[in-house]
Amino acid sequence: MSKLLLKGGRVVDPANGLDDELDVLVVDGAIAAIAPELDSEDCDALEATGMIVAPGFVDMHVHLREPGFEYKETIESGMRAAAAGGFCGIACMPNTEPINDHRSVTELILDRASVHRVHVYPIGAVSVGQRGEALAEIGELVDAGCRAVSDDGFPVATAQLMRKALEYTQIFDIVVIDHCEEVSMTHGSVMHEGAVSAELGLRGWPAAAEEITVSRDLILADSVGGRLHLAHLSTRGSMDLVRNAKAGGSRATCEVMTHHFSLTEEAVRHFDTNTKMNPPLRSEDDRQAILDAIADGTVDIIATDHAPHHADEKLLEFDHAPFGIVGLETAIPLACTHLVHAGVIDVARLVEMMSTNPARILGVDRGGLRVDAPADITIIDLDAERAVNADTFESRSSNTPFHGTVLKGWPVATIIDGEVVYSAKESSS
Amino acid sequence: MRLKANIMDAAQIDRALSRIAHEIVEKNTPERVALVGIRTRGVPLAETLHAKIKEYEGVDVPIGTVDVTLYRDDLSQVAASPVVQATELGFSLEGFHVVLIDDVLFTGRTVRAAMDVLMDYGRATSIQLAVLVDRGHRELPIRADYVGKNVPTSAREVIKVTCAEIDGEDNVSIHEVEEAVR
Amino acid sequence: MTDAVAAARETSESSADDGVTLNDDLTSIADLTRDQIELILDTGDHFREISERPIKKVPALRGKTIVNLFFEPSTRTRTSFEIAGKRLSADVQSISASTSSVVKGETLLDTAQNIEAMAPDILVMRHKSAGSADFLARHCSAAVVNAGDGAHEHPTQALLDALTIRQAKGSFEGLRVAIVGDIAHSRVARSNVICLSKLGADVVLAGPPTLMPMHANALGAEIHTSMDHAIADADVVMMLRIQVERGGNLNLPSTQEYFRLYGLTEERLALAKDDAVVMHPGPMNRGVEIASSVADGPRSLIMNQVTNGLAVRMAILFLLAGGGSRNVEATS
Repeated sequence: MSKLLLKGGRVVDPANGLDDELDVLVVDGAIAAIAPELDSEDCDALEATGMIVAPGFVDMHVHLREPGFEYKETIESGMRAAAAGGFCGIACMPNTEPINDHRSVTELILDRASVHRVHVYPIGAVSVGQRGEALAEIGELVDAGCRAVSDDGFPVATAQLMRKALEYTQIFDIVVIDHCEEVSMTHGSVMHEGAVSAELGLRGWPAAAEEITVSRDLILADSVGGRLHLAHLSTRGSMDLVRNAKAGGSRATCEVMTHHFSLTEEAVRHFDTNTKMNPPLRSEDDRQAILDAIADGTVDIIATDHAPHHADEKLLEFDHAPFGIVGLETAIPLACTHLVHAGVIDVARLVEMMSTNPARILGVDRGGLRVDAPADITIIDLDAERAVNADTFESRSSNTPFHGTVLKGWPVATIIDGEVVYSAKESSS
Repeated sequence: MRLKANIMDAAQIDRALSRIAHEIVEKNTPERVALVGIRTRGVPLAETLHAKIKEYEGVDVPIGTVDVTLYRDDLSQVAASPVVQATELGFSLEGFHVVLIDDVLFTGRTVRAAMDVLMDYGRATSIQLAVLVDRGHRELPIRADYVGKNVPTSAREVIKVTCAEIDGEDNVSIHEVEEAVR
Repeated sequence: MTDAVAAARETSESSADDGVTLNDDLTSIADLTRDQIELILDTGDHFREISERPIKKVPALRGKTIVNLFFEPSTRTRTSFEIAGKRLSADVQSISASTSSVVKGETLLDTAQNIEAMAPDILVMRHKSAGSADFLARHCSAAVVNAGDGAHEHPTQALLDALTIRQAKGSFEGLRVAIVGDIAHSRVARSNVICLSKLGADVVLAGPPTLMPMHANALGAEIHTSMDHAIADADVVMMLRIQVERGGNLNLPSTQEYFRLYGLTEERLALAKDDAVVMHPGPMNRGVEIASSVADGPRSLIMNQVTNGLAVRMAILFLLAGGGSRNVEATS
């Protein structure tokens, strides 16, 4: 019988009404007790005084690159990056090679993922080959272990396909995740269409191209039902659309990315290809709207869109470099710095957006600290302050514009099913 | 830099230039003489010589200026961005005895560059050199044909020439660099 | 006493009174100060005379190597840079995309590093991607001169345009310069707006809204849809080349319609000031953006632009590779 006692931390779990200095006792991978001053006899004790003890964080938007692009990231390296970033679970997008549009790919992913304790939740393709034509065998995908479907990398191509996906997935009660982009408006676009793109002469990606698809999806979800989840929303207009839809009773959920509330189009000025992602870094006005929407509950989830690329691929002209930024190992410090320390939200709301909500939307029985629940726990030192060092990332890739940026609030331990899979102390020794 | 001595005042400079003007027309047929001032302070000196020759001989000899910046052998060592000014030679050098005029003759590198400029413009019958001060320390086999004053100097000393047209006053002085120059 | 000090003393003048120097590279007008722009214009002004000499060559850059990397076809800019380098006695090698190894799948960085290994002093690059000159400058020790990067900047064009305007108008204060055409895709427009604004002119941009960047007001110029409004009372009218595509596209239905709406004709030019001058960066589409009678007319400075282009490029090459050592302390 293995026993682990987390001592003296501030246990924060809004789903279970917890925000207090408590001890957490873990026995055989499950939570056995949450109470003050628990007896530490026969236990491995983990001193957590001054730390936040939260239900395990889940990143709902990750690109693991395997199969097909193992030089960017493997399932295993992505899982290590997740653990080091404080995540107990990650949902991986289907745009691999081959695409995860068939149960054999889902099974391969889950098989490869068995080398590490981090939970991997595969997301299947909406359409065969993500080509936007025929529905993939979603039932088979779900049976093999997919937790959601998405054509991410691309939008769900047509309104009709989106409608059918929202209808068909009702059989399985899973979400359809859409990457909202009206592609007829974004051909060749490499950054936000705004003041900076006007100055730099880079092709702009207009906010309207996102909002048009957000509108389409909200209208369809309203008319046919189903569970719609809007990925990586980035504009003021999108925030307003979702807020209004929710006020009107919509069940749709949405996520924003850590980089979209941390940076703006200004970061692109020096043509650093690590600032090139899709959707692009937006204006300061959009960033403020995202912060407001995070604060008022419009935003359900904070995710990373972790999109690793090999250094050689980013060492190109801005036009030619691929879209994407790694995020797993910077997500918690970015959120703590720009949301919690900046006074936008409290820790409970952070836990809700990075643990409770993603677990609920993916339909996994995690994301809560209560007796008998599996012991997935993320421990954060809100006061730790240091510079991002991309050279020490567990990820195979280091395409981040945050290298060298000083951030405050870092994960110090990640516990999955009662086992400490990452500890800052160990990794620094 | 510390002033060591004034070497020539306005009257002395004028006397020296008068002598040089006489020497130039004594040595060459005045009608075949052209004067070319080396920027910057060779230019007013050339103009003074031009006026004196006109006074003495009644001949309006051609006059021009050269900027040697583009011909220097030490461009990359010159501090800051050298200011390039126009070379103005509004006449053909063919058949003329061209007298180059500069304020101070030192290493000879400026004169070498000025001769290269003239060569690119045409074939002068001869190129001669007039300077107000020859301070020695030549680094090239160059000598002046007409010298206002020979001033032996040490390497630590600096000859400073001012011209009324540029600096408000005609004067030649000798200065000493106080700290050793690296 | 070093040679440098001796040399400075011998000319008995300071090398540069105000000590203005260029940066290590010239990738954008945005990176230049007004003083730096004026240094280039002043130097360019003096360099024009070299092209009028019997021997059109000075030894200033003897022993220096200039490589022109042209990833986009360009006859006039490439030729201008080649002649500029040669008139300064530099060794000039031009590489165009069709002969370069880029077609074999080599990256820009690989190409640049291969050339860099041959120790050039200056790399002049034209490339279709915005920011590529900055990219090259970050990764190369040679001085990089941007000869046009995508729709971003074309600094030497803006500088030659500024020199041409200064010669025609004397100064920039209060000048109204109208730039008309495809602003969205024009590096010439971007560089000119920045350059002319820094020099004190008022810039007006005009063109069909489909060819005007969203948020064009960020460029700091007055924006017009109407050609007539844009050129009213202008001192300078600068026409941009319109990309002629067969069968029209989403930006322009036809070149005929464009000429009717935005073409510079003598009638339209009459709306500008009486002494207004006409410019065009070339190559021109006669009858598309400009009528031949205007292009070849008495107010056209188009050929002056070409002549000044050579002088300005000589000035830039000279200031980057010849003069402007940044490590020697200023002497008085």
